[in-house]
Amino acid sequence: MGSIHLNKVSKVFGDLKVIPSLDLEINEGEFVVFVGPSGCGKSTLLRLIAGLEDLSGGTISIDGNDVTNAPPAKRGLAMVFQSYALYPHMSVRKNIAFPLKMAGEDKATIDKKVEDAARVLNLTDYLERKPGQLSGGQRQRVAIGRAIVRQPTAFLFDEPLSNLDAALRVTMRLEISELHHELGTTMIYVTHDQVEAMTMADKIVVLNRGNIEQVGSPMELYNHPRNLFVAGFIGSPKMNFVEGKDAQAFGAPTIGIRPEHLSYSSSEGAWKGKVGVAEHLGSDTFCHVHTENSGTMTLRVSGEAGLKHGDTIYLTPEESRIHRFDDKGLAIA
Amino acid sequence: MARNVTTAKRVGWSIAAWFVALLIFFPILWTVITSFKSEGAAIAFPPVFFDFDWTLSSYVEVQERSDYLLHVWNSAVISLGSTFIALLISIPAAWSMAFNPTKRTKDILMWMLSTKMLPAVAVLVPFYLAYKNLGLLDTKLGLIIILTMMNLPILIWMLFSYFKEIPGEILEACRMDGATLGQEIVYILTPMAVPGIASTLLLNIIMAWNEAFWTLNISASQAAPLSAFIASYSSPEGLFWAKLSAASTLAIAPILIMGWFSQKQLVRGLTFGAVK
Repeated sequence: MGSIHLNKVSKVFGDLKVIPSLDLEINEGEFVVFVGPSGCGKSTLLRLIAGLEDLSGGTISIDGNDVTNAPPAKRGLAMVFQSYALYPHMSVRKNIAFPLKMAGEDKATIDKKVEDAARVLNLTDYLERKPGQLSGGQRQRVAIGRAIVRQPTAFLFDEPLSNLDAALRVTMRLEISELHHELGTTMIYVTHDQVEAMTMADKIVVLNRGNIEQVGSPMELYNHPRNLFVAGFIGSPKMNFVEGKDAQAFGAPTIGIRPEHLSYSSSEGAWKGKVGVAEHLGSDTFCHVHTENSGTMTLRVSGEAGLKHGDTIYLTPEESRIHRFDDKGLAIA
Repeated sequence: MARNVTTAKRVGWSIAAWFVALLIFFPILWTVITSFKSEGAAIAFPPVFFDFDWTLSSYVEVQERSDYLLHVWNSAVISLGSTFIALLISIPAAWSMAFNPTKRTKDILMWMLSTKMLPAVAVLVPFYLAYKNLGLLDTKLGLIIILTMMNLPILIWMLFSYFKEIPGEILEACRMDGATLGQEIVYILTPMAVPGIASTLLLNIIMAWNEAFWTLNISASQAAPLSAFIASYSSPEGLFWAKLSAASTLAIAPILIMGWFSQKQLVRGLTFGAVK
């Protein structure tokens, strides 16, 4: 239960084609992340699956049933919104119980399911509180609680962590991943944060202007980006791109090399440059090196790098890790 | 940086606030005091504040000369009636504009507001003639209709702003949770909208209760509310201050008491949208 199939799905707002035409297969139990820059159509796509927006063309089926024209409630999906969308006048208990009440379950069942969900999400002590009396992380848990009690065929998350502070985001990220392992239910997760995408997903769908740029596992996208967009979007810090003569030397109009696949030397190498700002993370150092012909490149050094601002160094890419792209920006196999 | 508030400053501001409050309240206080004076004491110069013979004679005379309860009844029927009908129209109107706006929604709202910019007296003659032909002059129904129309734009604006505050995602969450439209209205929208509707209702009752242009011009005796009751004591010679004050006190008392008990709702109604 929980496979979702999109067939030639498109969405037009007035004259604006948000999603031109798109096919996508989501398998049962998968954790799929839609990632892309803001305005790429990832939230719209999620809302189309949820049934909160009408399709302009194409079909959506869940577990083989065509739900293209089915209302949101009939699709068996649960959604967690960016703003949490809790009911402010209801206690946590009533918030979590709401979908069960709508489904007409009896009181004993509702109570049991709410207690179970509260236990899983560490909300037992807060059941009688109103959402206004909870912290951001707790509200997020209530929203998740409201989604899991229904035992939906799939969960939809719309940038659920973007209102939380950095530390809490990491914790919640782990909790959601843990929940996925525990429940084994299909999850579709929208984010603009590629770190969230890389750390959580079984399958990442990279979107750009409503088009799917690439679909694959995090490591597939990292190791074999299909084009310049995916190469630049996935990975942190960003991949360095080199064009022109310096790239031709490696046999392609454009080459890309990740900061962790560059080595440096003070005497010789492929590209000469001056060390600019160095960002010290403790475990790693990110050096921004101003090269002579190829702009600024980021170099990742494990641990503490003995480089000072203004030092002249030479950068050399790891031959087997070079990504080569043709004139159209597509990866050369 | 926290502001450094000294005790002297706090006392100073408190005194200033009390002074302003007293200044605003003074006309009402003066009216109430005057209502307990004899006609002679009421026009005495220099005016006396508390040192006079307190008497209820003006109240007695006002009671004898006119039917206070009839006017209270009329005021109540007119203000409650017009508020009820106006809410019946404005809730769905504001609702649809807040939750299903179209390209023209802003224009319609502006147009509604623009009708409030027209001086009422400009349409008095056509209204008077129309009412005369329809037999609506000096009827409660006539006043209810006109007050409904007068206050409708403000009601729609107020309710529109309230409904706008309800986040769309909550309604979507509710739909995802399997609620039907009916359940959505009963369990989510109504509880969230009730505070807004309540303060709109209270404000409209007050506006309708205090309305004095239409009520004076198209009512005479049968449907005359308290505004007409007060006006009947303002003689051109202006010699009956005590009786006028007694009538005014009687007229504002009910609405003042209602306002006192619903302070919290009213303050929210008057300041909504001011602080986000």
